[in-house]
Amino acid sequence: MGGRAAELDPAGPLPLAHVSPPPARGPAHPRFLHSAALRFAAIYALLFGISALALAFFLWWETAGVLDRETDQTITADVQSLIERWNQGGVPALILTIDNRLAENVDDNAIYLLVDPALERIAGNLAAWPASVPLDRTWSELPIERAGIRSLARVRRYTFPDGLHLLVGRDVEVRAELRDLLTGALLWALLVVVILGLAGAIIVRGLFRRALANVSTTAAAISAGDLSQRVRITGRGDEFDRLSETINEMLERISRLMDGVRQVSNAIAHDLRTPITRARARLEDAALHAKSEADLQAAIERAIADLDGIVAVFQALLRIAEIEAGARRSAFAPFDAVPLLADLVDLYSAVAEEKGISLLLESPDQLPFFGDRELIQQAIANLLDNALKFSPPGGMVRLSAENAGRMIVISVADRGPGIPADDRGRAMERFYRGEAARNTPGAGLGLALVQAIAQLHAGSLSLTDNMPGLKAMLRLPVTVEAVHRPPAAAADA
Amino acid sequence: MRILVVEDDKDVAGFVVKGLRESGHVVEHADNGRDGLFLAASEPFDAIILDRMLPGGIDGLRILETLRSQRNTVPVLFLSALGQVDDRVLGLKAGGDDYLTKPFAFAELLARVEALTRRGKGEGPATKLTVGDLEMDLLSRGVRRAGQKIDLQPREFLLLEYLMRHAGQVVTRTMLLEGVWDYHFDPQTNVIDVHVSRLRQKVDKPFPTPLIHTVRNAGYMLRSDAP
Repeated sequence: MGGRAAELDPAGPLPLAHVSPPPARGPAHPRFLHSAALRFAAIYALLFGISALALAFFLWWETAGVLDRETDQTITADVQSLIERWNQGGVPALILTIDNRLAENVDDNAIYLLVDPALERIAGNLAAWPASVPLDRTWSELPIERAGIRSLARVRRYTFPDGLHLLVGRDVEVRAELRDLLTGALLWALLVVVILGLAGAIIVRGLFRRALANVSTTAAAISAGDLSQRVRITGRGDEFDRLSETINEMLERISRLMDGVRQVSNAIAHDLRTPITRARARLEDAALHAKSEADLQAAIERAIADLDGIVAVFQALLRIAEIEAGARRSAFAPFDAVPLLADLVDLYSAVAEEKGISLLLESPDQLPFFGDRELIQQAIANLLDNALKFSPPGGMVRLSAENAGRMIVISVADRGPGIPADDRGRAMERFYRGEAARNTPGAGLGLALVQAIAQLHAGSLSLTDNMPGLKAMLRLPVTVEAVHRPPAAAADA
Repeated sequence: MRILVVEDDKDVAGFVVKGLRESGHVVEHADNGRDGLFLAASEPFDAIILDRMLPGGIDGLRILETLRSQRNTVPVLFLSALGQVDDRVLGLKAGGDDYLTKPFAFAELLARVEALTRRGKGEGPATKLTVGDLEMDLLSRGVRRAGQKIDLQPREFLLLEYLMRHAGQVVTRTMLLEGVWDYHFDPQTNVIDVHVSRLRQKVDKPFPTPLIHTVRNAGYMLRSDAP
């Protein structure tokens, strides 16, 4: 099989394949960078850090930011209303309003100052125009001294057309303190985030390694030769459990295939040695003792017949192995089983008639099925072969098929000697030959092949007593494809 | 007939070449893919017997694909140790006309090659087959021998048609199983022999000379002994 890929490739090079040097490997990264566990841990830490930063920013925006924006809005509204007062009543109205506002200011955080063009105070609660207020900028934040207490204020300046300057603001000392507090807390929180992120990353790495350790120790044990090992299922039903189950199913299948290979090689060792020995003995005997050319000729012909028998057994064994490996599932297609049965009856009725056996077919008008047509043919042919081989003259073989719900049941019943109940299980093993089969040709592979074909179609083969005789029953599940894809489509495929 | 044998195993090749020559054919032999392709592409042959696995970098499948891509329609029979069903399908899909798995009986190989060369000549859509005094009308599906009507079952008709189409050639049991019943497995019992013997009852028994002959260790042949 190894050469098959090369055979299939028409674009491949015609001359003998050149031996190419092993591909050069890229610059080697430090080993720890190849650790998936470390990568996951780093991703975790990064995600954790980003979310913590986002949260801190949101906190800041919703607390200190809101207060800032509110203060600015109040000041702007204040300035607007004072300008209106000035428009309506001139400077006296403005002074009155400022005095009123100061009187009404319960929180004692409002700051008003009206000065003449020479910066001499006219009204307001500040003693003098602060030197740090630039005349060209409307907004500023500056330290003030009010009634002997130093404080911080956010102010807005407005210059009236007649040269008067107005300063409106709010004492923000308390808010500034809050902001400092918040900044400090957030900085500390950042440190905590870094520590928590690192700790979390280490935990994630550990969890990751532990989840993998389960699989990797099992795999290591299996590659060391212990095929009985299975991945432990925690029972939590999580993704790791599902992975473990898949791996275990794969291991089951591998070990079944290995058993099959072992069985076949045992069978070859035991059951093929006999005919090979016989053929060899015949040839050697002829070489040593043949008296005439005719003797020699006869011995050679018998040996050829022996070899043909061995080849037939070989082919049957290989075919069973091929089917058991599931390689033939690619040939599945929808078809109607009834014409197939009718054709087989047509083929075997001549043999039956010659032996004086009546071969009957009972089937519905139609049996849509999805599977490997050729293999189903072969399975039923094998069952008919057996039934006819073991039927006494004047006997009867009944091939019947029916649709039993989501199953097709095909049975072949004869009135021959049957198989004792104790042996029926073994009858489907390779190379089983019943007592009745002692003197008939065959290698004991027919039923093993039928069973392999049934199993390929997810069905089963069972042997029961037909009283008298044997009834072989093939149960084959009808899959959705048989119903939803019309058999006509199969002809094109 | 000119037949090219491309086979690397010395013993198998020698055996096949000798057998074909004894049967009256002109045989060329190549023991690697390169020479095989060269011969097949440069000289006319009536049939090619091609091993699947060959030394020299060009295997049988590549030879066939190359030939078919050059519109060379020479009949090709694959001879291969790759006997799985998928291998067979692959060989036939690539344009092979027949596929025989190793080990094989020479009679089987000879019968199949001769059947192939007959097929290759392409007689056109005949409506009537005649062998000696046996006549088959493919349109009315009627069979007569020496003017006497013979009643056949549908499958017996197909069997006789196959034998008549290969009149004068050996036809093996597997060829009949494949050609008449389209079965690609080997039944344990002698089903084909029974069918042939039933056909004989109708075609040969009532008449003085038999047409269906048994060829020992090979199969059957339909032929009239009359010149």
